[in-house]
Amino acid sequence: MTEKEIFDKIAKIIHERFEVELDKITPELNFTQDLDVDSIDLVEFVLELEDTFGAEIPDEEAEKMTTVADVVAYVKAHQS
Amino acid sequence: MGDLLTGKKILVMGVANKRSIAWGCAQALEANGATVIYTYQNPRMKKSISKLVSDDQKLIECDVSSDQSLQQAFAIVQARYGKIDGVVHAIAFANKEELAGDIMNTSREGYALAQNISSYSLLAVAKYAQPLLNNPASIVTLTYFGSERAIPNYNVMGVAKAALEANVRYLARDMAKFGVRVNAISAGAVKTLAVTGVKDHGHLLKMSAERTADGKSVTIREIGNAAAFLMSDLATGLVGDIVYVDKGVHLI
Ligand SMILES: NC(=O)c1ccc[n+]([C@@H]2O[C@H](COP(=O)([O-])OP(=O)(O)OC[C@H]3O[C@@H](n4cnc5c(N)ncnc54)[C@H](O)[C@@H]3O)[C@@H](O)[C@H]2O)c1
Repeated sequence: MTEKEIFDKIAKIIHERFEVELDKITPELNFTQDLDVDSIDLVEFVLELEDTFGAEIPDEEAEKMTTVADVVAYVKAHQS
Repeated sequence: MGDLLTGKKILVMGVANKRSIAWGCAQALEANGATVIYTYQNPRMKKSISKLVSDDQKLIECDVSSDQSLQQAFAIVQARYGKIDGVVHAIAFANKEELAGDIMNTSREGYALAQNISSYSLLAVAKYAQPLLNNPASIVTLTYFGSERAIPNYNVMGVAKAALEANVRYLARDMAKFGVRVNAISAGAVKTLAVTGVKDHGHLLKMSAERTADGKSVTIREIGNAAAFLMSDLATGLVGDIVYVDKGVHLI
């Protein structure tokens, strides 16, 4: 998958899960600062990312990802 | 739709989201004709379960760490539904820091917490449910293989599951006089919110998938289908048993 394809899929998940308009979802979007989410939301989001991209995202890695761009980069490097 | 459970009202405790084993159970029960009633832990969980269940009447708050909450929940069940035919208990909790590393480092508080929520709660649920239960009725809980084997990082939860399984046997003996059967399903590992509490859960899930007889992990619907059977009158001969629904992981 290209970076654009990965970004689009992630944007779709964020849109459906957190009810954010698609045009507001940018690579700079910060999960904890820009979205109204709690720790359970974030864990569920990570599980959905794992299923969508067939990539394992260990807790240590998930904690380092703060923006959409971070997730795109991680998936790009680890997709199966 | 099957009619194995037509006319039965079953309380399902422990749906957190669409991945929950309890959700697989609820879907299987409904597919076989049962009316399903739900309890959720707290308002945060209500937010999640409301995305799955639109009928608010069917959603009742119940925190199993509190007798008062249990009492209130069963009073509401009774007021809304009268007698019921079964309870699925799919609830467990331990502190994340105690689902990692060496079990010697388990704190007294953490040990007690895991036992309280994951094991004692079955006794409390049976006690408060009993006056509402028809004869025959069925109680099913969810356990895991870590009760018998020393699974890495599962630690304090493995000990709680061992206690839970012992509770199933003692409860089965003492609830029999009310016509209530008590059994457990020992489910294979599935990716749920609860599993993410266990350190290196990705590894645990992978190892478990590799050890199934056909290489594919059990699904929550398959676990739910077994729960539907245990809730049905086809299972009146099963009392105090631990049934594996793990695609054969326990064989190896
Ligand atoms: N996921 C697995 O691999 C697996 C395998 C075997 C057994 N189990 C068992 O299945 C059961 C369900 O877990 P799951 O994997 O579906 O995860 P889950 O996170 O979807 O469900 C756990 C539930 O426990 C509830 N809970 C926790 N503390 C509570 C409290 N104080 N009061 C009321 N509810 C409380 C949570 O709200 C949640 O709904 C647990 O007993 C778990 O140990 C899970």
